[in-house]
Amino acid sequence: MSNEAVAGKRPRGLLADSAIRLVREKPLGTVGAAITLVFLLMAVFADFLAPYGMNEGTATNLVPPSAEFWLGTDELGRDVFSRVVIGARISMGMGLAASAVSIIISVAIGLVSGYVGGKFDIIVQRFVDAWMSLPGLIWMMVVLSTVGRGVVQIVVVLSLVLGVGGSRIIRGAVISAKENVYVAAALAIGSRTDRVLLRHILPSIMAPIIMLFSVRVPDAILIEAALSFLGFGMPPPYPSWGSMLSGTSRQYMFVAPWMALWPGVALALVVYGVNIFGDALRDILDPRMRGGGGRFGVRAKKLRSTSRGRG
Amino acid sequence: MRVYLIRRLLLTIPTLFIASIIVFLSVRFIPGDVVDVMMMRSQSGMSEQTRAAIRRDLGLDTPIHIQYGRWLGVFPQIGAPSDEVVGNARFNGVLQGNVGTSLWTGVPVLEALQRRLPVTVELSLMGLVLGLLIAMPIGMYSALRQDTLGDYIARSIAMAFIAVPYFWIGILVVVFGSLWFRYMPPLRLVPFVEDPLGNLGQFIVPAIVLGMVLSGWTMRLTRTMMLEVLRQDYVRTAWAKGLRERAVVVRHALKNSLIPVVSLIGLQLPLLFGGTVVIEQIFLLPGVGRYTVEATISRDYPVISGVLLLFGATVVLANLLIDLSYGFLDPRIRYE
Repeated sequence: MSNEAVAGKRPRGLLADSAIRLVREKPLGTVGAAITLVFLLMAVFADFLAPYGMNEGTATNLVPPSAEFWLGTDELGRDVFSRVVIGARISMGMGLAASAVSIIISVAIGLVSGYVGGKFDIIVQRFVDAWMSLPGLIWMMVVLSTVGRGVVQIVVVLSLVLGVGGSRIIRGAVISAKENVYVAAALAIGSRTDRVLLRHILPSIMAPIIMLFSVRVPDAILIEAALSFLGFGMPPPYPSWGSMLSGTSRQYMFVAPWMALWPGVALALVVYGVNIFGDALRDILDPRMRGGGGRFGVRAKKLRSTSRGRG
Repeated sequence: MRVYLIRRLLLTIPTLFIASIIVFLSVRFIPGDVVDVMMMRSQSGMSEQTRAAIRRDLGLDTPIHIQYGRWLGVFPQIGAPSDEVVGNARFNGVLQGNVGTSLWTGVPVLEALQRRLPVTVELSLMGLVLGLLIAMPIGMYSALRQDTLGDYIARSIAMAFIAVPYFWIGILVVVFGSLWFRYMPPLRLVPFVEDPLGNLGQFIVPAIVLGMVLSGWTMRLTRTMMLEVLRQDYVRTAWAKGLRERAVVVRHALKNSLIPVVSLIGLQLPLLFGGTVVIEQIFLLPGVGRYTVEATISRDYPVISGVLLLFGATVVLANLLIDLSYGFLDPRIRYE
């Protein structure tokens, strides 16, 4: 996909190419990827990693961190470490699911609005304008308080808020992609609109789609946490990082500050990890940034040019 | 300029209109209404008849478009033609400046907001200003000293501000502030007119926390834009004719890199308003945000739609002002 790959006659997939460049050129981004991976694994294997169940009372309330309870216990005697580990499942799961659905919404709106253009585009964009002017968090609170608090509801509401706004970016990419000669060629040989959209335009806007996804995951995780914090996220027994910081547990934080600390540390780490990973990914996928990246970028460039010389 | 102004103003009308439809539908089209909550709350329970009567009184028995028309003020109010009550106008909706009355307290929404709005406005303005005060100098410094240790530290700070959830910082400030420094969120707000310094002192901590939300992205954008502008020919000219660094940076570079930063402020306003909801909850500030959370729990939808519409209209108008400010920030931009 990249120019270098074409020049070296080593066509690789966009993903494989990006992964190799990430490790070679972006040490910080690789750290971010590692953090993301660790939390993903934590979410998947939460049942094995958590020493106690998420609602298992241990009869000892508000115990400070110790060898037995690594991060202490909360007001109901539940192990904070176990709840943070299991909370990864909700945060990561919600974050990924909501971002994935939001991308589908963004692509659907952006693709059609950008490709059709004209009056249709103007009307659709007024809807997007109006939607983006409303405060998303309050809107989600209102809707969730009536449709009920559950995984499906939260994912749908989150992805609507993120998806409509994100459609702007996709629309922009589509508008420039449809000017490509191969689109005109496809139309000239009589390709149907759906074929042009799916086979010609969609593949050419893969980079902005991946970039958007990488921004949306941390956004979704943070918004879900804020919703849970306000009491409109996952209902009580489930340990979401946001809900661990809210409600009745806030009264106990003054005597048990560790309760306030760890869910937030987990949140901050995940969002930090995904963000710097996404940042590196953006640099790699954005053609204008090719070859940059400071000291490491220069070394990678040298490496590549020598290998190209041999090939 | 005048033509552009008129066209730009006209374009906000459909946006506001669509926003009002979205607000109305999302608040009323969802299952369950205030009558259900009233029935749950009333001790004795309600008969189907009272239920129907309440629904009729509130106008909930009419089709949705008529309810919307009444709310907007283009359809007559319930029983309006024969209504003798003074001041109860036939058309009395958003367009006439009446957002509705609270279903629970009977207080007009705008009146209830009047008491709470100053708190939220002060909090958001201070948050916005503090956010910029944190972000712009660090962003500029970072760009001017690109790829030095200072730049790396500044960029890490920006990334940390983006990653760390502000409500968590708020909680940490309240919890550890009280444990270590005996800091307490104010129980009673001192009005600004009585004691300006005391009032600002009460707002400064929540405002800093709120400002942090915005400052991370602003810092990064300021850095990126400065880097781009610093490579322009006119900046090289400014250096070449021997201007001092301050003059080059402030007069030539900063002003020209401001436009995207100002647009970002417009885009961040919804985030800022969402932030005030959370921050008011943590620091116990009696503002619009806490009022909204209460109204949401009791499904007081005139209040909710009023607040959503108010915030939405503010964002639309702020973005209008921002668009117009481009001409001031960059004289090359002419509105024609």
